[in-house]
Amino acid sequence: MSPTYYLLLSALLFSIGAVGVLVRRNAVVVFMCIELMLNAVNLTLVTFARINGTLDGQIMAFFVMVVAAAEVVVGLAIIMSIFKTRRSASVDDANLLKY
Amino acid sequence: MEVLPAEGLGQYAWLLVALPAFGALVLLVGGRRTDRWGHLLGCATVLGAFGFGVALFVQSLGLPAEERVRELSLGTWFGVEALQVDFGIRLDPLSLTFVLLITGVGGLIHVYSIGYMSDDAGRRKFFGQFNLFVAAMLVLVLGDSFVTLYLGWEGVGLASYLLIGWYQGRPSAATAAKKAFLMNRVGDVGLVLAIFLLFRELGTTQYTEVFARAGEIDGATMLAITILLLLGACGKSGQFPLQAWLPDAMEGPTPVSALIHAATMVTAGVYLIARCNPLYDLSETGRLIVAIIGAITLLLGAIIGCAYDDIKKVLAYSTVSQIGYMILAVGLGPAGYAFAILHLLTHGFFKAGLFLGAGSVMHGMHDEVDMRRMGGLARYLPITFVTFGLGYLALIGFPFLSGYYSKDAIIEAAFDEGGWQGWTFGGIALLAAGLTAFYMTRLVLMTFFGEERWKDLRAGDDSDGAEYHPHESPAVMWLPMVLLAVGSVGAGYLLYSGDRLLSWLEPSLGAEVAVDASPIPHALVPLLTVAISALGALVAYLVVGRHRVPVQRPARVSLPVRAARADLYGNAINEALIARPGTWATRALVFMDNKGVDGLVNGTAALLGGTSGRVRRLQTGFVRSYALGMLGGSVLVIATLLAVSL
Repeated sequence: MSPTYYLLLSALLFSIGAVGVLVRRNAVVVFMCIELMLNAVNLTLVTFARINGTLDGQIMAFFVMVVAAAEVVVGLAIIMSIFKTRRSASVDDANLLKY
Repeated sequence: MEVLPAEGLGQYAWLLVALPAFGALVLLVGGRRTDRWGHLLGCATVLGAFGFGVALFVQSLGLPAEERVRELSLGTWFGVEALQVDFGIRLDPLSLTFVLLITGVGGLIHVYSIGYMSDDAGRRKFFGQFNLFVAAMLVLVLGDSFVTLYLGWEGVGLASYLLIGWYQGRPSAATAAKKAFLMNRVGDVGLVLAIFLLFRELGTTQYTEVFARAGEIDGATMLAITILLLLGACGKSGQFPLQAWLPDAMEGPTPVSALIHAATMVTAGVYLIARCNPLYDLSETGRLIVAIIGAITLLLGAIIGCAYDDIKKVLAYSTVSQIGYMILAVGLGPAGYAFAILHLLTHGFFKAGLFLGAGSVMHGMHDEVDMRRMGGLARYLPITFVTFGLGYLALIGFPFLSGYYSKDAIIEAAFDEGGWQGWTFGGIALLAAGLTAFYMTRLVLMTFFGEERWKDLRAGDDSDGAEYHPHESPAVMWLPMVLLAVGSVGAGYLLYSGDRLLSWLEPSLGAEVAVDASPIPHALVPLLTVAISALGALVAYLVVGRHRVPVQRPARVSLPVRAARADLYGNAINEALIARPGTWATRALVFMDNKGVDGLVNGTAALLGGTSGRVRRLQTGFVRSYALGMLGGSVLVIATLLAVSL
């Protein structure tokens, strides 16, 4: 099976994630879309590791997973506290930091 | 002329300056402690300097003529690279003549001031400033370089400023002082530029070297130097076009007017040009300009003098006019230098005497200066009347009094020029002699003769409640007046006969070169002068003496009188030509500063502020739009990278 399909799939997943980040208002969904983008990148890394026959890409993928896990912890905590104070998880409502 | 080092008594010549300078220091620094005896110290220093001056004069007379120019170096004043200025004293007939005039007449006026200023709380300070003036004036005439001269020049300017503004409480006095100071600055700029030019051309400011090497300077530069020196002289001596400050300077106490603004300081311009005679000898045109300025001024002063009712202002314009005579005389070159000094000396006597007389009248008349409120004072102030009368006769050139010899000599020399110059200068000088007789006769008639108009002011038709109790001044005041009157009578004959002054001044001013191109015979000139003066006096008698003088100044007068009352528009011209354009230039500069320079700075700030005010709207606070920006930016960067690498 050609690695091209893996790359195409990962590009598709990344695009879906990016569009989701841009168009969805719910913070949790936006968060999920970010996870989708990260994992699309992971898929790319692993695919290239396979193509090149080295382990570099797989090691990078592990790093990304660690970062993603840490990010989920911090991000969800922020979303929780925002929701607690303003009863809304919409990213458009949290727009006080502006001009 | 060789310059010898001063020996014997001459080595102590610095005492001449040091004595009054010491007096000024003690009186101005000593404060109230010196109040009781300050005036006595002030007189003593000047009279002491006079005594020493006489001793120097006698010693100098004992020397042969070619050894009379002496110098005393007191060490280096300052030295910067090529500019080396020594502090030195030049003792020559010219400077000694001035020393005697300044300390002699000055000493008499100091004594007079004891009486005149006796009611003034600041008399001690007055004497301090008076001594400062004498010291500065002596520096001016004794200095052996242009820089030392300049030191004295500015020193007398300062003293003049302080003393004109003596009655500080009067706004008019403060304004007059500032006006005198500012107009003098205009002249001083000319003097400074002349010194700069001399230094650039010759690399020295020492008289001896400058005069010895004056021939190296080319004609155009020499003309510039002579004109700039003349500008300096015009400022200090109240000559056209800088004459307007001198009449206003009469705001000071009368002894100040007598000493500074009649006898000594205002003649500094004449001294300057006479001192620089080797330079003027090299520039025919420069000399002609000097003579023209003198002729204009002497006529202008005489015309305006006819229209004033203020006794001191009439005398002030008379001073302007008489100094005009002196400037005309120095402008005639070797034929006139000595006559200018002769007139300067006789004028020093009679004009100082006249001013002291006017001061005595004011003293007796409650500081009144308006002659329309006087009249018939001869009976009440007999000594003042006699001394003033003698000064008056000397000024109008009554035969065989001082003014007769000196003025006549100048008019003769002016006619001797020949050609159009002879006719113009001689004619103007002759005409002004008639005008002089007119305004002085008018002054004497209005003050000392006629009705006692001041009586009517108490209870009469023109009553305004003013009370006057005219009385003769104390002896300390009339004694100097008597001595000056004696000088007014005798000085002319004493100095003129046998060419005494001429031969005495020869080492300084060179021999008199008689140019005999006179269009009219010499013997006729004195007769003409006396005749025209008599005519002027007669007209004054017919116009003023035979009619009742109205106490109120007539408002409806002919055009020439109105012009003369307005100083022949001297102030108006100054204002139109200098003051207004100056104001406009300032306004334009302020406008440029506000709109141009400030505009640039403020504009930059406003541009940045406005732009950022608009650009900050991009910070919407919507996370999704930032994300779009990041995505778009990343895509753009990657696309660019790909496009470039392909």
